[in-house]
Amino acid sequence: MIALLIRDLRLAVRAGGGFGLGLAFFLIVIVLVPFGVGPEAAVLTRIAPGILWVAALLAALLSLDRIFALDFEDGSLALLATSPLPLEGVALVKALAHWITTGLPLTLAAPVLGFLLNLDGPAYPWLLASLALGTPALSMIGAFGAALTVGLRRGGLLLSLLVLPLYVPTLIFGAEVVRRGAEGMPVTTPLLMLAGITVGGFALLPFAAAAALRVNLR
Amino acid sequence: MSIWEYANPKKFMGWTAPLVPWLFGLAGACLIVGLVWGFFLTPDDYKQGSTVKIIYLHVPSALMAINAWFMMLIASLIWLVRRHHVSALAAKAAAPVGVVMTLIALFTGAVWGQPMWGTWWAWDPRLTSFLILFLFYLGYIALWAAIEDPDTAADLTSVLCIVGSVFAVLSRYAVNFWNQGLHQGASLSMDKADHVANVFYIPLLVCIAGFVLLFIALVLLRTRTEIRVRRMSALIARTRPTEVTT
Repeated sequence: MIALLIRDLRLAVRAGGGFGLGLAFFLIVIVLVPFGVGPEAAVLTRIAPGILWVAALLAALLSLDRIFALDFEDGSLALLATSPLPLEGVALVKALAHWITTGLPLTLAAPVLGFLLNLDGPAYPWLLASLALGTPALSMIGAFGAALTVGLRRGGLLLSLLVLPLYVPTLIFGAEVVRRGAEGMPVTTPLLMLAGITVGGFALLPFAAAAALRVNLR
Repeated sequence: MSIWEYANPKKFMGWTAPLVPWLFGLAGACLIVGLVWGFFLTPDDYKQGSTVKIIYLHVPSALMAINAWFMMLIASLIWLVRRHHVSALAAKAAAPVGVVMTLIALFTGAVWGQPMWGTWWAWDPRLTSFLILFLFYLGYIALWAAIEDPDTAADLTSVLCIVGSVFAVLSRYAVNFWNQGLHQGASLSMDKADHVANVFYIPLLVCIAGFVLLFIALVLLRTRTEIRVRRMSALIARTRPTEVTT
């Protein structure tokens, strides 16, 4: 599993594109928002938690179809399926690799972009915490969606249609953590719910993703 | 002899053929009786005036929108466990009906909300959950449409339906947490029917029965069509090689 993880990370970094693209997309969305809603600091402060979360979610969505598609095309996914490692484990590792290459950089970059949106001071630690807890769930749900659409020629758009509704609970709790953090309210409940989604997703979704992969490899 | 015998496509076609017209007839009768009774023979509500009457479309369609997804979930599980093709096709057939029910519920809700709440749309938990449900239906149908091989499509959509159900429930509670709503609580429940006065309640029940029957009739009809489509494609697949060789 670790070997597979390292291989995926290397591929993501060396093949180019996927690694920096998500971050750049995140930055551009955040930069575009003030042009759309106007530069008033108060307005930006109010919408910053939601915008940061939505932008991070869209940035994570961008690279989802790469999770399985390349391996599916060159046949290495079929090899992985016949390897001793169960396909559930493959799905889990792939999601983890996706998170390390997109979710983690997004989390680390988010506070910097928070300044651009005039995010309230007390919200920064919660922004970091909620993204660190929530983006793994985005990767895992996305890996499931990618497993469903891997056999399709034009899967990208369909993938977004399938995955975005599944992102709703994560987004609600994630943005709620930051909003409450900014207002100085207790954040424990949404934070725990967010963690619950992530942990539950990592426990159950690999099975669904592996089932979908098996069907697509048939 | 077990209940699964009825899932054999040939038998299914046999026993549903005489049933479908009856179901449509009953559904039509229930809907006509219920709607005419509801629209013309019940008094106006003292607060809401005549707008209360939209309940006869709104509540049954909302009920069926959720139950259609539930039926798809069960059909998907049966397909995954027992591999009955009719089951997968029934799930496929139910999805567009469910979408229409969701749209009716959203539309009638908006029409009612405009005079009552002063807005067509509010980000209320119930409304939002229904919009999310609508998106789930769209994704499900799009996945069916995108995959060519019917068995692969049935498998993948079944998995999506199961995962989607979990997330739909999760979204429902997340949305509850996210915003307090305008929408009233349940207007019907099993143990206490006193939420809605009896004058409205009985025609409402008739309308619900009509919607349930209509749903069953539509799903059966659409499933029969799907089975015929599958037979056609099987026949075409069987004849095509000979065409190529001659």
